[in-house]
Amino acid sequence: MQIPYNETARPDTGLFNAKLGLWLFLASEVMLFGALFSTYVLLRVGAPVWPHGYTILNVPLATLNTVVLISSSVTMVMSWASLMMKNFGKFRLYLGLTILMGMAFLVVKTFEYKAKFVHYGVTLHDGTEIVGHLEEEAEDHVVMLPDMKDGVQPSPVHIGRAQIKRLTNFGPWYSTFLAIYFTLTGLHVLHVIGGLVVNIYLWGPGAKMWKTEPTRFTNRIEVAGLYWHFVDLVWIFLFPVLYLL
Amino acid sequence: MDHSSSHGGVGTTHKTHGAHHEADHLHQSFWRKYVFSTDHKVIGIQYGITSLLFLLFGFSIMMIMRWQLAYPGQEFPIKWLAHLMGQDNMPDGIMLPEYYNQLGAMHGTIMVFLGVVPLAVGAFGNYVMPLQIGAIDMAFPKLNMMSYWVYFCGGVTMLWSFFVPGGAANSGWTSYAPLSVIATTGQTIWLLGMVFLITSSLLGSVNFIVTIIQLRVKGLTFMRLPFFVWTQFVTSFLLLLAFPPLEAAGVLQLMDRIAGTSFFLPSGLVVSGQALGVSGGGSPLLWQHLFWFLAHPEVYVLILPAMGIIGEVIANNTRKPLWGYKSMIYSIIFLGFMSFIVWAHHMFLTGMGTAISSFFQTTTMIISIPSVIILTALLLSLWGGSIRYTTPMLFALSFLPMFAIGGLTGLPLGLNVSDIHLHDTYYVIGHFHYVVAPGTLMALFAGIYYWFPKVTGRKMNDILGRLHFWGSIVFMNGVFMPMFIQGLAGVSRRLYDGGEQYAHAQSVLHWNEFTSISAWCLGLAQIPFIVNFFWSMKKGQKVNSNPWEATTLEWAATTSPPLAHGNFEKIPEVYRGPYEYSTRGAKKDYTPQNQASEA
Amino acid sequence: MEMQAEEVKKHVKVYIMVFVVLLFLTIVTVAVSYLHLSVGVGIAVALLIASIKATLVGGYFMHLISEKKLIYATLILTVVFFIVLMVIPVSHALDPIRYNH
Repeated sequence: MQIPYNETARPDTGLFNAKLGLWLFLASEVMLFGALFSTYVLLRVGAPVWPHGYTILNVPLATLNTVVLISSSVTMVMSWASLMMKNFGKFRLYLGLTILMGMAFLVVKTFEYKAKFVHYGVTLHDGTEIVGHLEEEAEDHVVMLPDMKDGVQPSPVHIGRAQIKRLTNFGPWYSTFLAIYFTLTGLHVLHVIGGLVVNIYLWGPGAKMWKTEPTRFTNRIEVAGLYWHFVDLVWIFLFPVLYLL
Repeated sequence: MDHSSSHGGVGTTHKTHGAHHEADHLHQSFWRKYVFSTDHKVIGIQYGITSLLFLLFGFSIMMIMRWQLAYPGQEFPIKWLAHLMGQDNMPDGIMLPEYYNQLGAMHGTIMVFLGVVPLAVGAFGNYVMPLQIGAIDMAFPKLNMMSYWVYFCGGVTMLWSFFVPGGAANSGWTSYAPLSVIATTGQTIWLLGMVFLITSSLLGSVNFIVTIIQLRVKGLTFMRLPFFVWTQFVTSFLLLLAFPPLEAAGVLQLMDRIAGTSFFLPSGLVVSGQALGVSGGGSPLLWQHLFWFLAHPEVYVLILPAMGIIGEVIANNTRKPLWGYKSMIYSIIFLGFMSFIVWAHHMFLTGMGTAISSFFQTTTMIISIPSVIILTALLLSLWGGSIRYTTPMLFALSFLPMFAIGGLTGLPLGLNVSDIHLHDTYYVIGHFHYVVAPGTLMALFAGIYYWFPKVTGRKMNDILGRLHFWGSIVFMNGVFMPMFIQGLAGVSRRLYDGGEQYAHAQSVLHWNEFTSISAWCLGLAQIPFIVNFFWSMKKGQKVNSNPWEATTLEWAATTSPPLAHGNFEKIPEVYRGPYEYSTRGAKKDYTPQNQASEA
Repeated sequence: MEMQAEEVKKHVKVYIMVFVVLLFLTIVTVAVSYLHLSVGVGIAVALLIASIKATLVGGYFMHLISEKKLIYATLILTVVFFIVLMVIPVSHALDPIRYNH
């Protein structure tokens, strides 16, 4: 059964079904990330102190990731343009590059996350907070190597367990900042993975459709592209908001 | 792709495809045909049956709770049922407060998210809307199937939560933080279930909007759409844009519960005398904001499709066009829009501050205007009509005063000052239930009686229908009217003893028994409906394709039931508005939308 | 799909230009962050740059610059409700109880 306008545009709206559907889906995504952004503002405004992102997170790595994601967006739109010019070989190349860069983004992100989980913060009963890496964890004490300060590496600190009020690594539980960081980037990563799955399908088995229904396949690439650009767009906001401010 | 060639060809291509597919259909296996079907009609029926079962389940939960409220601390009379619910929950047949909380939370969740919305949108929307716009199916049939099965998974997840340690979610259907964050495992399962349900309605709403915009047949302009289609259209936008913030809130609460974050946990929180070992710095109010950002539009998701059904039934049974069809449409658009900026009237008592309270009080007063316009238009539609008192019409007529009571009792809640007294009392329960039970549910029953012949080719029995109607309307009022009295006296909601230990509740305590008995009678009143439903499927009076002599396409252009694939023998074209009843000079008292000339 | 192959070729040039501008703006926003501006100015600059980048991605890669009315209508509606969502933190900031401590 052939549903009308799943390939060609309906004259009065000028759209084929999937394109309208995807834009509606993106509208709901805007509301999803909007709610989280709203949460971020609310918590930040209400917090007595809020760390600068760059004191906790790795800006060079994130910049690299920004470049990777922007580039993948360009190759995505190029893959669609190649199909419009009936060049299937180029399409495969560009979509392949998009997929590879999407994966590269995830790899970099993994390193970033991992760095957070081996980074510790300790709050003492007298209120002082020491941030660094754990050298030693014993029954009655821990030894901590504090982070570099103004290019100087402080010497390790010996802390008795009795002094410690709270000792955790930089997981989402550490602070409100890290909570929102992990939630926002985690959700974004899930979106990247979703986009990758779709793109890989369209690059591999899904590409067979080019032979039978070229217009419909081009539509699919356009729609997948819209989604991928949206994922890029979200990152364009997440990057300054979390890392630079 | 050029436009001209694609447009003209549509009608003809379908016909051939339709015939072609009839052949395909015969080869489909049982599973593809009835279980994993992509046909909107089958999916609509699946939604219908599942949601009716959930409605029955959610109502049964309440009938059990009503025993505890009427006779607190007394042994439950139905021994095997008490036994079934387990010694941990009802030792010696006496309900524990913890269990009461679980049942309360799940009653709300099930009725709203698994019962009424799936029935109003998933079932009626899916089955009727494509037929009314002359579409051969939804725009994305596979997505449609997925939407049902994701909903199904959500339902199973919710039921499963009863069996985890600590039982189901017990922080109310609103899941207010921080209580919900520190609650038992059931809450995590609840959140998981909600993620399924939100995903399902997201898929559904995208599908509905695209279908309505893209698949209307030739000649069916927006201002010729049946009112029911319009309500589904606006409802879908509400679902599309209001649910994501709740999804965000659900993710945040899940993080709080699983990853130890403090989105909703303020600093210095002490639980059972012990400081909670979390970073703190969160805001419990944030949950309420995000929750009500969905849950207020959700109220309109519950009521709009009901209004749509009422519009169809009233126009058909008064043999008149809807009075003020256009005003009604503008009203529901405005209603949908405004429903996004009234949410904080649920939060007057949180100490938001007077400026914000005043703002939301004002918007709340404004939103009552379109509701009144719609109700007035429906009421005026009756004027001078030759009314047929069919069973669906009885239900539709009862909707008008019941929804009016529900709406008017909402005004004192929307006003900042009177809400201080009424907030969180039984008055709120009474108000809300008047809108959704004698309001929406009566409309949904009207819809079932009205479209049953379309689905089965047989009419439901009128005597049983009338029995069902009178039983329902009388006992629903018996259940909900006393709640206003108790609420005005200040009795709080969610008390597991019904207020027995409060001095101020003593004078109105006797109403609990009255309410409970009404609730059980209401349960009995549903028996004629259940019998009627199954009996009529097999033995009901056989009818032609348009037994109500209606004008809209689902009756005028299809058989009953419509063709399994493709719906129409011939794709109709539309020449006129949706409700051309009793047109001067016409031969019959109704002129179908697909009829080219009056004669 | 109104575009013909010739037209698409012209578009490709635009895509490359947009790409270069996006890279440039990324460098600018990172560079600005090293200036350690005051919080208010920093937020304003960063969000301004991000908005320009988002406009470029939306406008050219997602073809919003020449999209149909219906898409615009949907997006305008979404933007309105997005702004409504931002009422939540504003309402919080106006809350007298929170700020009395």
